[in-house]
Amino acid sequence: MNPVDKRRREFFGQAAAIAGAMIAPGLMLYEYAEAVGPDGASRPRAPGEPVSGKVRWGMLIDTTKCAPGCRECVDACNRENGLPGTTRATDSQWIRKVDLKDLKTGKAVSLPVLCQHCAEPPCVDVCPTGASFKREDGIVLVDRHTCIGCRYCMMACPYKARSFVHEATTGQSPDVPRGKGCVESCTLCVHKVDKGGTPSCVEACAAAGHQAIVFGDLNDPSSEISKRVRAATTTQLRADLRTDNGVRYQGL
Amino acid sequence: MTAAGFLRAILAATLLLAGSGAGLVASASGPALDAARSGPCVEDPKVMRRSHMDFLKHDRDDTVRRGIRGIKHSLSACVDCHASKADGRVLGSEKHFCQGCHTYAAVKVDCFDCHASTARPAATAAAAAPGSLR
Amino acid sequence: METKSARRAFWLLLAAGGAVLAVALGAAHYMEVHGHAVTGMNNQVVWGLPHVFAIFLIVAASGALNVASIGSVFGESDYKPHAPLSVLLTVALLAGGLMVLVLDLGRPERLVVAATHYNFRSIFAWNMILYNGLFAICALYLWALLERRLGRFARPVGLAAFAWRIILTTGTGSIFGFLVARQAYASGVIAPLFIALSLAWGLAVFHLAQCGLARLAGREPMDAELHARVRRLLAIFVIAALYFVAVHHLTNLYWAKQVAFERFILVSGAPYPALFWAGYVVLGSLVPLVLLFHPGLASARATAAASVLVALGALAFLYVFIVGGQAFPLEIFPGYEVASTFGDGRADGYSPSLPELLLGLGGLAASFLIALAGARALPILAPAEVAMAAPAPAK
Repeated sequence: MNPVDKRRREFFGQAAAIAGAMIAPGLMLYEYAEAVGPDGASRPRAPGEPVSGKVRWGMLIDTTKCAPGCRECVDACNRENGLPGTTRATDSQWIRKVDLKDLKTGKAVSLPVLCQHCAEPPCVDVCPTGASFKREDGIVLVDRHTCIGCRYCMMACPYKARSFVHEATTGQSPDVPRGKGCVESCTLCVHKVDKGGTPSCVEACAAAGHQAIVFGDLNDPSSEISKRVRAATTTQLRADLRTDNGVRYQGL
Repeated sequence: MTAAGFLRAILAATLLLAGSGAGLVASASGPALDAARSGPCVEDPKVMRRSHMDFLKHDRDDTVRRGIRGIKHSLSACVDCHASKADGRVLGSEKHFCQGCHTYAAVKVDCFDCHASTARPAATAAAAAPGSLR
Repeated sequence: METKSARRAFWLLLAAGGAVLAVALGAAHYMEVHGHAVTGMNNQVVWGLPHVFAIFLIVAASGALNVASIGSVFGESDYKPHAPLSVLLTVALLAGGLMVLVLDLGRPERLVVAATHYNFRSIFAWNMILYNGLFAICALYLWALLERRLGRFARPVGLAAFAWRIILTTGTGSIFGFLVARQAYASGVIAPLFIALSLAWGLAVFHLAQCGLARLAGREPMDAELHARVRRLLAIFVIAALYFVAVHHLTNLYWAKQVAFERFILVSGAPYPALFWAGYVVLGSLVPLVLLFHPGLASARATAAASVLVALGALAFLYVFIVGGQAFPLEIFPGYEVASTFGDGRADGYSPSLPELLLGLGGLAASFLIALAGARALPILAPAEVAMAAPAPAK
């Protein structure tokens, strides 16, 4: 065992002992007390416990409630993740509003498109270094430490969900590192979800009174998202590819 | 790789020399850093000087890949604690904690190409308890 | 004996190639410092001109091995004296192409990460192994060809090289063929298409290198009978490539869901239709076929002209294939008219910038320099043209 592993084990041992012994909530207990799914059903993770496949985070986007012209989710994402929010062809857009018009019937739909957090993500398959990966709980991420900026994942993504950082970045959030030369995309606000929070776009949509986005654990039958996808007809984008997206759409 | 290891060895040697008892050497030639915080670091400073990059690298994989938060060796916790009291940063001049030492040791620091080099607004207050395991 | 003028020409060419390469490295550095914002590439067209040059060089590299394969594997002894140059060109073209590919990465300084982290589901990662393997096999092959005592290994190593290059080009084509989500790619026919293209492009580059080096040495490029065979072979390869391109497009045209893409790339999506029809089909294929088949044009010069056109047509084809293929918007919502701030539903523009072009030309220059220096340092040329390449007599 190398020294770092040893220290880490000692640390986990101590941390578990302290956490178990403490009655008054210390800092750590306070933080992890929140580690409950937004629906109140998901089991909190203990400190030092890795994410597991028992959870599958997902999103349901109800297009009938999504207002055309509303960009609350987009703006919230940019604020939360320290993105500039400009829309030149070289700028990153982790979530974007797409306006659709049915060519035959003229029916108009407005909806946000973001990383679909596929169960079978093409971006992960093609990444030469394994920088593009899927967490056990279904969140698809880029490990920027091993991304070499080849952009093959952008070629492979069926949803144009990924952006390449074309120039030096400033004003990063401490929780969301991002820098020139790597590919990035929606993280499902993993830094918040890991602490029991909800993605910022979901919160912003609710705050604006639309409630068009539901976030939760698709593996938990009692979660709101599970109940909703059981009750209503929902679709996955490019379902023909069988990528089994974590993001589903209603009313499309 | 070997070059990095070599640089690391030099850095460690230099810093150990500067930090270990030889107060004269340290005060005469060590970097003067504007980042004093009271209380202990997460490891012994001597160990940190030598091995902080390994700690960070090890724990980063736990956080990024396995979603383990609240790790002991977190870069943002380093920044929160060691940021300059004047402007809340660890980069900017040779008085700033990360830049000062890395310039002194002539080792490139590329963490902050992506990571924020500024402490969280709340961190200045939280830094009173620097041993906290964020 | 190497003449004085030949020696001077060699150094002049070396200096010219070195200058182009130096400018290209400067351009790559500029792109790395400022980020890809200074290129024409964006979030819609993520692979631009550097990839056009890189893929050309890598595909031509495996094709350049043709001549050696025909000699060693298929036992055509007329080709055997030309095998060393053929192998050298493979190494040179592959190195040039990989240089461009690496320097166009977002984080080229992390090459060591690419070498130490492999995702074996990635065709890109397989290709890295295939490329490095080809270097190794070519080194052994060259050794076996040049060292008389190892001559008996030339055939087995040649066979391995032949098999490896077929797999390698299958891999290169599959970089695109496996992209299930894209209208422009996602087809099994792209792998054999790339093999056919590699045969044509590689032989064209071989012929040009052969003519150039022979001319530098003041010799005839090759004997008339062999030249006639090379002409016919190049023509057959050009036709084979056209055939696969036609099959790819005809298949797409038969599928209703692909018709919009075909209309874009073949008819309406300027500048790609013009580059495809005028650049690849007419100038890059039909005109060379006339030059190669016309009985009145049976000169090495006409074949060289055809080879130049085939190479230019290759660049036109790849520009349409790579850039045009990405410019066509992803079809995420079939049956809908789509609009967004992120280029959905809209064919996005790409105008290559100067640094990208310079980087691409730098790849050609790197290949040129390796071939030139290799041909001088090693006894590469067939005996008839050996004068220039022989090591200068000790003074």
